[in-house]
Amino acid sequence: MRIRLKVWRQENQQDPGKMMTYVLGDINPHMSFLEMLDTLNEQLLQEGSRPVEFDHDCREGICGQCGIMINGRAHGPLKNTTTCQLHMRSFKDNEEIVIEPFRATAFPVKCDLKVDRTAFDRVIASGGFISVNTGQAPEANSIPISSPDVEAAFDAAACIGCGACVAVCKNSSAALFTSAKISHMVLLPQGEIEAQTRVRSMVDQMDAEGFGHCSNTEACEAECPQQISVLHIARMNYEYNKAQVLKK
Amino acid sequence: MLDARIPDGPLEDKWSHYKAHAKLVNPANRKKLEVIVVGTGLAGSSIAASLGEMGYSVKSFCFQDTPRRAHSVAAQGGVNACKNYKNDGDSVFRMFYDTIKGGDFRAREGNVYRMAECSANLIDQAVAQGVPFGREYGGYLNNRSFGGVQVSRTFYARGQTGQQLLLGAYQALMRQVGAGTVQLFARHEMQDLVVIDGKARGIIVRNMDTGELERHGAHAVVLATGGFGKIYYLSTLAMGCNGSAIWRAHKRGAYMANPSWTQIHPTSLPQSGEYQSKLTLMSESLRNDGRIWVPKQKEETREPNQIPEEERDYYLERRYPAFGNLSPRDIASRAAKERIDAGFGIGPLKNAVYLDFSKAIKDQGEDKIRKKYGNLFRMYEKITGVNAYQEPMRISPAAHFSMGGLWVDYELMTTIPGLFALGEANFADHGANRLGANSLLQASVDGYFIAPYTMANYLADEIKTGPIDIRHGAFAAAEENVQQFLKRLMGIQGNLGADYFHKELGKILYDKCGLSRSKEGLEAAIREINELRESFWQRLYVPGGYALNSELEKAGRVADYLELGALMCYDALMRDESCGAHFRVEHQTPEGEAMRNDEDFSFISAWEWAGVEKEPQLHKEPLHFEFVTPSVRSYK
Repeated sequence: MRIRLKVWRQENQQDPGKMMTYVLGDINPHMSFLEMLDTLNEQLLQEGSRPVEFDHDCREGICGQCGIMINGRAHGPLKNTTTCQLHMRSFKDNEEIVIEPFRATAFPVKCDLKVDRTAFDRVIASGGFISVNTGQAPEANSIPISSPDVEAAFDAAACIGCGACVAVCKNSSAALFTSAKISHMVLLPQGEIEAQTRVRSMVDQMDAEGFGHCSNTEACEAECPQQISVLHIARMNYEYNKAQVLKK
Repeated sequence: MLDARIPDGPLEDKWSHYKAHAKLVNPANRKKLEVIVVGTGLAGSSIAASLGEMGYSVKSFCFQDTPRRAHSVAAQGGVNACKNYKNDGDSVFRMFYDTIKGGDFRAREGNVYRMAECSANLIDQAVAQGVPFGREYGGYLNNRSFGGVQVSRTFYARGQTGQQLLLGAYQALMRQVGAGTVQLFARHEMQDLVVIDGKARGIIVRNMDTGELERHGAHAVVLATGGFGKIYYLSTLAMGCNGSAIWRAHKRGAYMANPSWTQIHPTSLPQSGEYQSKLTLMSESLRNDGRIWVPKQKEETREPNQIPEEERDYYLERRYPAFGNLSPRDIASRAAKERIDAGFGIGPLKNAVYLDFSKAIKDQGEDKIRKKYGNLFRMYEKITGVNAYQEPMRISPAAHFSMGGLWVDYELMTTIPGLFALGEANFADHGANRLGANSLLQASVDGYFIAPYTMANYLADEIKTGPIDIRHGAFAAAEENVQQFLKRLMGIQGNLGADYFHKELGKILYDKCGLSRSKEGLEAAIREINELRESFWQRLYVPGGYALNSELEKAGRVADYLELGALMCYDALMRDESCGAHFRVEHQTPEGEAMRNDEDFSFISAWEWAGVEKEPQLHKEPLHFEFVTPSVRSYK
């Protein structure tokens, strides 16, 4: 198949950037979207131009490193699918595809489609963990957890940290990302002890990073490759208010 | 002759004896000791976090944009531990025996026993961190079985066990970053190791965003940079996985052990075209309920569901009735290759076999299968567009895990004092074939439970060294070396990208140093790789500049792969026997099973770098079996 690409090109953080148009003549519909970009880059390389920089690594939907806006949608047209798991069979012959980086104040563009998502790391570092040192753990079966509880915690823990939720949110809110970690921890007995300090510091850090507020449009859940539910945001708000009320 | 320095005494006392006598570092002194950890997968994150908790000054480096992307994240099926929760006869000894047998008696007894011994504690640690392992309805932890064993000892978190274990380690790491004990350097790639007076004293890294080179000094350096299976280009690994950190350390004097032992995983998705960049793995856990078969008739054209039961060849069940579809990976992969080469392969390129769930769905119901493997079936459908609840999956062998790696002693220290290698980056525990669900285990155990003790034993003598001065001439020389290397890559200005050479190398290795190897093939491969390397240094084209530039990153890694690939072939050529994943066609039984030669090859090969174009120098570490008797590995 033949496709026309409009790709965001930006040399570095200071460069204002612009859209560039490329045409690819011979695309196999079974190619993954990123393999299509590989093909584009091979073409650019042969022309002596600088290939398009884009983030990717595992190419099996789990590392969370890939992530671009495709025709205005985070990770493209399929539901619950990362960019790397998208295949060209989801596009039509002669289609024009617009490719842009994930955009948010807290995710500055580094080059072309590569963005800086280290803000997420700082949110986790502020409290997204259970404070247990190596060697302190009790026998695993001494903490029985009901299967539905652990499955619910898993649903939240499945987040891959790709940032699609932020990119698709009109306020660039990281509420879904942050709440998923808070939910994962608070749904488990091991994580309950630190629930109050965790939620307060993570929410504060999230705000300090320049992420916006959640206004409940639920666009994040719709685009999340891991189907993380917005109900976690409700739980985060509940936990946050509880922590503020009970603050010593 | 290399000495692994394994403690004397009964197998079950070696590790506790070591721990009881290892040197310690006073808490007040730990802050003065600096440790560099390269890699943030399970091994890297867990050692960095553990050392940070103890109070050492730690610097953690990864090439990804955040530590959580490290490829441990992609391990699907599970992690082994001999908790014996299933009451099915598991024990430390049995796990040790399964692992050493699974590795075809080409691993050290002391190391393997220690891994089994520490396995139970890992589950405790992970649960305490909040890893949501699968549970039974009573709230207790559940297990599944995995290839190569007859007990259920695999703990799992759906099909995302690696992700959940890694997130546990990542969160422990970020906790230390927040506490200030660990400094994090994401998007920094190690370029060289700095050795002063024979000891590892630091690294040169490249900031991948700005292109600047930086010097970092330390009293000890840990390489936890994973495996190099991506050398085959098409593999189950992430695109960025590479062997560069260990290779540059090798060129500074660290020996490479058993480099040719690569696990080819039996259940990956087949290649569908030349453009392909990656072969996605389907967890081995699928073999618990899936049955593997090919049509009995060559050039079969019918759809799989139209082929009647009696015209299907369930070749694993036929050849290995005791273990059947759960035969170890090397055996399952080789059996698949045998059928494919004999003309029974299926799919458009005739390069695959079927993995069929119809019986399991009939017996257990679709819901139960969905609960166990739902995410894998979804992933399969996304990639292939096929619903595997209705028709069998197509699977094929793919390069997966490096059993080989940097040679380390019992303390996980390489031949360079102060340089440690953990997880897949070392060669230590899996012998010639790794059992499923042992890689997460080894990476975690190395980082949480072994290196914190063995590194303290080394660091205890480093207190008197004082701070490491990065103005030392060795740092300047190493930095200059890196600069020249990058300049050379940029300066060729040929007409072929790094990927071209990577793909060509992958083809040579897969054909001649993959599932089966022969003397002629390996000799030819060495010649071809040498030619390819020459062509690389004449025709490579790296567009762009020295700052953020993926093509430059790839070029550096491929330059290393071209040297490492040749070493793999030398190793495979030297080992004139078949063992585990290393199958020399000259050494097989009439039924096509691997034939070991214990008399001549019961040793670990450890190679010393001699220079480009020169034959590497072989050192041997003999294997002693005091507690088990090597037997013919049979899964029949």
